[in-house]
Amino acid sequence: MDKIVRIFFPTELLKGFSLTLKYFLFKPRVTINYPYEKGPVSHRFRGEHALRRYPNGEERCIACKLCEAICPAQAITIEAEPDKVGARRTTRYDIDMTKCIFCGLCQEACPVDAIVEGANFEFAKETREELFYNKQKLLENGDKWEAQLAANMEQG
Amino acid sequence: MPEITIKLTIDDMEIEVDPGTSVLQAAEQMGIEIPRFCYHDKLSVSGNCRMCLVELEGHPAEPVASCCLACEEGMVVKTNTEMVNKERRGVMELMLANHPLDCPICDQAGECDLQDQAFAYGSDRTRFHENKLAVPEKNFGPLIGTAMTRCINCTRCIRFLGEIAGAPALGQINRGEDTEIGTYVYQNIKSELSGNLIDICPVGALTSKPYKFRARKWEFKRTESIDIHDALGCNIRIDSRGREVMRILPRLNEDINESWIDDRVRFSCDGLKYLRLDRPYIRNESSGKLKEASWEEAFNVITAKLKDVKASEIAALAGNMVDIEAMSAMKDLMLALGCPNIDCRTDGSQMNTADRASYLFNSTIAGIDKTDAIVLIGTNPRRDATMLNARIFRNWRERGVPVYLIGQPANLTYPYEHIGTSPKDIEDFAKKKLKAKKPMMIIGADIFLREDALAIHALLHRTAEKLGVVKDDWNGFNILHKAASRVGGLDIGFLPQKDGKSFNEIIAGTKDGGIKALFLLGADEFNARVNIGWQTFVIYQGHHGDYGAKRADVVLPSAAYTEKNGWYVNTEGRPQIARKAVSPPGQAREDWAIIRALSEYLLSAPLPYNTLGELRSRIKKEWPIFKNMFLITPAKWSLYKNKGKILEDDFVLPSHNYYLNDAICRASPTMGECAKSFGDAGIEQKEKDAA
Repeated sequence: MDKIVRIFFPTELLKGFSLTLKYFLFKPRVTINYPYEKGPVSHRFRGEHALRRYPNGEERCIACKLCEAICPAQAITIEAEPDKVGARRTTRYDIDMTKCIFCGLCQEACPVDAIVEGANFEFAKETREELFYNKQKLLENGDKWEAQLAANMEQG
Repeated sequence: MPEITIKLTIDDMEIEVDPGTSVLQAAEQMGIEIPRFCYHDKLSVSGNCRMCLVELEGHPAEPVASCCLACEEGMVVKTNTEMVNKERRGVMELMLANHPLDCPICDQAGECDLQDQAFAYGSDRTRFHENKLAVPEKNFGPLIGTAMTRCINCTRCIRFLGEIAGAPALGQINRGEDTEIGTYVYQNIKSELSGNLIDICPVGALTSKPYKFRARKWEFKRTESIDIHDALGCNIRIDSRGREVMRILPRLNEDINESWIDDRVRFSCDGLKYLRLDRPYIRNESSGKLKEASWEEAFNVITAKLKDVKASEIAALAGNMVDIEAMSAMKDLMLALGCPNIDCRTDGSQMNTADRASYLFNSTIAGIDKTDAIVLIGTNPRRDATMLNARIFRNWRERGVPVYLIGQPANLTYPYEHIGTSPKDIEDFAKKKLKAKKPMMIIGADIFLREDALAIHALLHRTAEKLGVVKDDWNGFNILHKAASRVGGLDIGFLPQKDGKSFNEIIAGTKDGGIKALFLLGADEFNARVNIGWQTFVIYQGHHGDYGAKRADVVLPSAAYTEKNGWYVNTEGRPQIARKAVSPPGQAREDWAIIRALSEYLLSAPLPYNTLGELRSRIKKEWPIFKNMFLITPAKWSLYKNKGKILEDDFVLPSHNYYLNDAICRASPTMGECAKSFGDAGIEQKEKDAA
């Protein structure tokens, strides 16, 4: 009996349509209009890297090379030398973003919170070469995102 | 005499040791590691760090420092009890109380004793909330960087300078928490062994200035090699990153350098980066300037030039840093061309090379520990063989071995009796009876620069027999060479062949037209531009743009000692292997391979080897001493006679600076800095201290 009813009256079809109509008409929308709208990002989100500075403009990085050592993808290359005042500073800090697996171990290893992974995930590039970040690019990232990075660090 | 041994128990295991062994050493023999800071095998025991505490049965109240506790019969020692660990944690906490937390910027990080042991015994938090002590920095010269706040006052550096280097410059100043290590009056550490302070410092208080902040210990490729700046062949470890040699460290070899190396070996490695020849050059005949060229062009120029030159008008000289393989290949090439004019003695020395015993350091370097009188003749070991000088110093200090000197007085690290300065003084000294049972003569290579070198060599042989230096079971007749390649060159006969010209004759020949083409195989010891006649065609093969390359008409770039696998024979006659750590720069190639390639142009049938292995087995077949690598093949003594006239001139040491002795050192900024600050080792020192 059931079978015959199901054959002649397509109730599942109606059920399906009603669900669609319910979400279409009565429920709030779940999709967002990217790139004009963006979803929330956790303060622990591991996005594009940045090298931070102290508020007085001094570079945080002390070239201890712990990030280079811990990097499982070996994406980081550092060379160091004493700077003008004899402090330990990098002369080269490269991250190969095509190698990076965004595991976040570099920022965990960093004793001075210099290298961090920020909230930015929109850094798609047209060529590979643009993804070989050097120290200047990373510092620029840091300067650009500093407000948000500092806030993220606050939250732990 | 029956051997007395002492039986004791450490951690429930019994061990028998020689009397006088400390508990720490006994534990080490058993493979039990006891943490320590101030104890070092090669230095005296000071027992001040208290890290090596152990528990002694029957002594329950307090632990005992094992480094200064001699083993006694029936002793029962425990190294791993709760009490021991608690005490060690206490010691560590006190040490860390004033130690800065700057591991991330400390060059010692990764190879720091304190860091490693803090892992085992340190706490992750401190109970010390007062301000930490800060100790002012010191200026110890261009080599040793300081961060004295990190110092834990183990006094290893003080003991090293006093006991090994023989230059007691450091001491402890003040008392209690104000204790600091220093020179009291501000001055540089004037010792050629000062670099070893960096190695023995268990923390990052004394670090290397040239290497400061440049690399981390864990980034390196390590290559075990040997040094070629002097004829001792010190064993070294080359730490390289990528294509760059970052630093050079000593490698333990009790027979040669123990666990030390001198500053020239350690710090000259930055010379490998500068003034390198990385491509062939040809001198433009019209402009007189060197122009870049390809290998083929260079070889073609050489072939064209040599076509018109008779074989007897060609000559080859091998410099001080050339390996056996290159010299052997060059010798083969020259003999195949029919040219007898080859020489490896680019200082112009002459000596009896017929039997090995007359040009080797026969007693071996370790033999200095057995000798009971040392006669130095025409040498300044502090400058010519620093590690050997350190061994003489140690034996003088520990056993009171008397040292006599004939020749130019030198500023050595130990007192000596100055006998005289001329050959006549040797004859007079030979009449004296030395009371020693195993006396040794150490004869500087510079003696053989004299015109009457062969007669002097015979005189030295006679003197050696008269003084009892040569006996059935002891041969103390020692020639101290200065060039790493020299003994090897003499061994494989890189010497004038039949009717061949020696170094001095070759140089004279370039001026009178007797020599029309000259191969310089890494020969940078003399000023080629001044000494070689202008019409001679000069081919220079080497790694640095130094004296040779400046005069050369064709420059062939080759590999330095860190960039090739090569054999060297040290002054004892011990063949050793230098290993390749990095690749040669640019188009530079290994020396033997260049000669092999050139032979294809010059000879109808090229040299009969295509690989280094083939060349080496050929060398082994011809000269059997190379079958026993790293071992000394004893040489048989035979009296050398020469009726030549002995001149009455005094023995003089040629003037050259210890820090600027070869092409690598001359290219090194650090060595230039040292020469400026220290003057010369063992020669009257110009005092130029940091104010």
